[in-house]
Amino acid sequence: MSFAFSTIRELRKQLLAKEVHPTELIESLLDQISSVDPKVKAYIHLHPERALEAAKKADISLPLGGVPIAVKDLISVRGEPCTCASRILEGYIAPYDATVIERLRSAGAILLGRTNMDEFAMGSSTENSAWGMTHNPWDLSRVPGGSSGGSAAAVAAHEAIAALGSDTGGSIRQPAAFCGCVGLKPTYGRVSRYGLTAFASSLDQIGPLTKTVADAALLLESIAGADPRDNTCDPEPAPSFSAKLGEEIRGMTLGIPKEYFVSGIDPEVEAATKQAISHLEGLGATLREISLPHTAYSVASYYLVATAEASANLARFDGMRYGRRAKDCDDLLETYGRTREEGFGREVKRRILLGTYALSCGYYDAYYLRAQKVRMRIRQDFLAAFRHCQAIVTPTSPTPAFRLGERAEDPLQMYLADIFTIAVNLAGLCAISLPCGFTQSGLPIGLQIIGPMRQEETILQVGHAYEQSTDWHTLRPSLS
Amino acid sequence: MTYEAVIGLEVHVQLKTETKLFCGCRNEFGAEPNSHLCPVCLGLPGALPVPNEEAVIQTILTGLMLGSTIPPRAKFDRKNYFYPDMPKNYQISQYDQPLCLGGGVTLPVLSFPKDAQKEAQALANKKVRLVRIHLEEDVGKSFHLESCSGIDFNRAGTPLMEIVTEADLTTPEEAFALLTTLREILRYGKVSDVDMEKGQLRCDVNISVRLAGTEAFGTKREIKNLNSISAVRRSLKHEIQSQIELVSSGGAVVQQTLRWDDARGETIPMRTKEQAHDYRYFPDPDLLPIYTEGRLREEAARRVPELPEEKKSRLAETYGLSEYQASVLASGPPLADYFEQAARSSRNPVAVANLTLNDYLALRQDSPEPVSVPPEYLGELADLVSDGRLNSRQGREVLAILIQTPRPPKEIARERGLAQISDTQALEAFCREAISASPKSVADYKAGKAAAINALKGFVMKKTRGQANPQRIHELLELLLREP
Repeated sequence: MSFAFSTIRELRKQLLAKEVHPTELIESLLDQISSVDPKVKAYIHLHPERALEAAKKADISLPLGGVPIAVKDLISVRGEPCTCASRILEGYIAPYDATVIERLRSAGAILLGRTNMDEFAMGSSTENSAWGMTHNPWDLSRVPGGSSGGSAAAVAAHEAIAALGSDTGGSIRQPAAFCGCVGLKPTYGRVSRYGLTAFASSLDQIGPLTKTVADAALLLESIAGADPRDNTCDPEPAPSFSAKLGEEIRGMTLGIPKEYFVSGIDPEVEAATKQAISHLEGLGATLREISLPHTAYSVASYYLVATAEASANLARFDGMRYGRRAKDCDDLLETYGRTREEGFGREVKRRILLGTYALSCGYYDAYYLRAQKVRMRIRQDFLAAFRHCQAIVTPTSPTPAFRLGERAEDPLQMYLADIFTIAVNLAGLCAISLPCGFTQSGLPIGLQIIGPMRQEETILQVGHAYEQSTDWHTLRPSLS
Repeated sequence: MTYEAVIGLEVHVQLKTETKLFCGCRNEFGAEPNSHLCPVCLGLPGALPVPNEEAVIQTILTGLMLGSTIPPRAKFDRKNYFYPDMPKNYQISQYDQPLCLGGGVTLPVLSFPKDAQKEAQALANKKVRLVRIHLEEDVGKSFHLESCSGIDFNRAGTPLMEIVTEADLTTPEEAFALLTTLREILRYGKVSDVDMEKGQLRCDVNISVRLAGTEAFGTKREIKNLNSISAVRRSLKHEIQSQIELVSSGGAVVQQTLRWDDARGETIPMRTKEQAHDYRYFPDPDLLPIYTEGRLREEAARRVPELPEEKKSRLAETYGLSEYQASVLASGPPLADYFEQAARSSRNPVAVANLTLNDYLALRQDSPEPVSVPPEYLGELADLVSDGRLNSRQGREVLAILIQTPRPPKEIARERGLAQISDTQALEAFCREAISASPKSVADYKAGKAAAINALKGFVMKKTRGQANPQRIHELLELLLREP
């Protein structure tokens, strides 16, 4: 049987028992990729030779020794392209390793390839990629979610054992929910952003996409912790995220926010979530209704803060120093204009314009500043709620995966796909999404567990308890 | 009708740090182009800034030296505009919460241009108020070659401090004085060498004119990027003149940004108000706020030196120097320190000051190699001269040798046979010889030509190979010539 279907923990046991050699593992994965990726299109660059070379030298005594990891295409890996799924970065080869990549390397992981995404992480469907769309492994006519859709699809289709994604407003959790895998957004500052191409600097976090909760804990352990190269990175050392796995959740209080179960939510998603919540109650948790009164403003606040930051973050892509430059321009202004016109996709341009507008003279107070004030309120909502519970349970997304093209022309509908995940980024909290059921048509449904800042152990503990007492995570897409 | 100018300055000063403001690349002028670069200062995707604490301390130190308030919390903002020499197309700067607020600079007489030091404006001891001081990153440098342009990013990301004055200045000379005073203080604090040639001080000036005695400001024009103190003075003279001509002939000044062509002595328009940038400042989410209380402020306070004006009055008082002597000696801490060490090993500090200012500085300047005379030798030499054991010409001679081979001045004088002859008996013999050898001079002197005595003195100096004490010869000759 192929090793591609294993989890990190299973593989680590087998590697240490010498039941498998890292090279065999890479070969298994390459086989799986060549058989399913033509349909899924999760990867945009693959480095089979480099991975096989690394597998030969892998030190399996290290925590992730010999384990292949896929990386979203906006994280810098020395000597590799880092296109962010954008034409504007065509030809750019990153000259340095992101902190998370350095850490993966020193943990013994093998870098297998780069996964598709929405251009510059702007999107919820992985349709906004200059290199084509990724398909949902459970239904190839549907989106995998986004923006880390390539990473989620790769893990769900067993083309990767685990992957790194990034989450600015739900970009790890929502695709994890759509693809039926586990996705964790760490607390803001938990993982260094050095080497992560910035979309919205105050919201972005790198996190794991895995097949199980325990794998998410393991991968997070390898990448988290203080980094002097990121001023916003938490100087506290990262704890052992696996420490509480297996501990009972009896006696724990879980908050159920009433604002998250209102009209607009898909009935099958609502039913599955409620059932998961009862299941958690059955495991001994106490449920408590809580209120997050400013929930309704989170999408508006997010799209001002995120686009404002993005408008500055993406200004550097001008064709002057690296990447693609428009040809045959007469002067500087034309070079700037045409490089960006040709290099950026529609959604990216839309967001740069929105953000530029929000920061403009005369509008700053009404938009950016007010959005930041709302953000403070949202944060306070959560702080108040966490006085009464240890974690909050919600659906990850109001709907299961939608059809490719279905929302492409309706940005507002697309933005609403992140309605349950955005507030977590605005408040800087941690949250995990894990499978909690399927629709009748066989689409995965995700459960979101939100924790206070620096409480990843708690959400991992709850998620693990749920996962180990259900079998959603054991199901595989047929890919036909 | 007379008009007056209203002038405010924005002074950009490059800080003297080992590394750049947000990365570990070296902050060094004149290196091979594009040799001090990394992902951060090149603005590569994913690179993040981390503030250089030393630059923050130097900025706070500057604020403390200039009497600014240091707010407990400061932050960095992004200033957005596109320019090829700016890698991120935004500049990390400080907008509404700078490191220093307020403060001021008093303009001493000697900071004015030499030709204006006797004017009332130079004697007024005016205090120019500061608005703020903030810290930002510098941009790269563009070079326009024949068929293409190139950019050197070595300067990109180096720390730049901006000092903004109130519009308190009214003349080009005051602007000149402000910059000279600032330069001295910044050097005292070791925050910058303020080397104009290296572009370590660059200045934007805002100018408007109004009828003398009126309150309302006229429309201002801004001249950008002046890179020397004298260019500031020249461009202001020109701009004030042209604004006055415009206004007094019934025209109106249009808000404008200008560039100064120093060679041609004229301003060139860059952009008008309509073309002004909207910089869309917002707090940089990559950088935490800076809390100044505690370590940062304490370290800055620890480094506050004795300031130029304090040093001048202390030198004048302690050593009995003239204001001029004290000012020149206090023009830089190393010279002042040198003087004080020399003065401590001497009985006559004024003689040390004279020797330092009249002879030592000149000799040092003329020497092709950097030279130094141990200060205690200079003090000893000053004593030899003031005690009359060497005359001043002999003093200079010893100093010239000292500069080449530092040895105790007494030794040099002895070896060279340099000693002033003050012995009356010895000198009397020479004087009598002079009188009998120059009957004409004697006759002239006796006829009332007092200057004729100089010829006799010259005779004695020649005979003694310059070693006679000139004061003593003069006294003796006068005495002998009065003999019947």
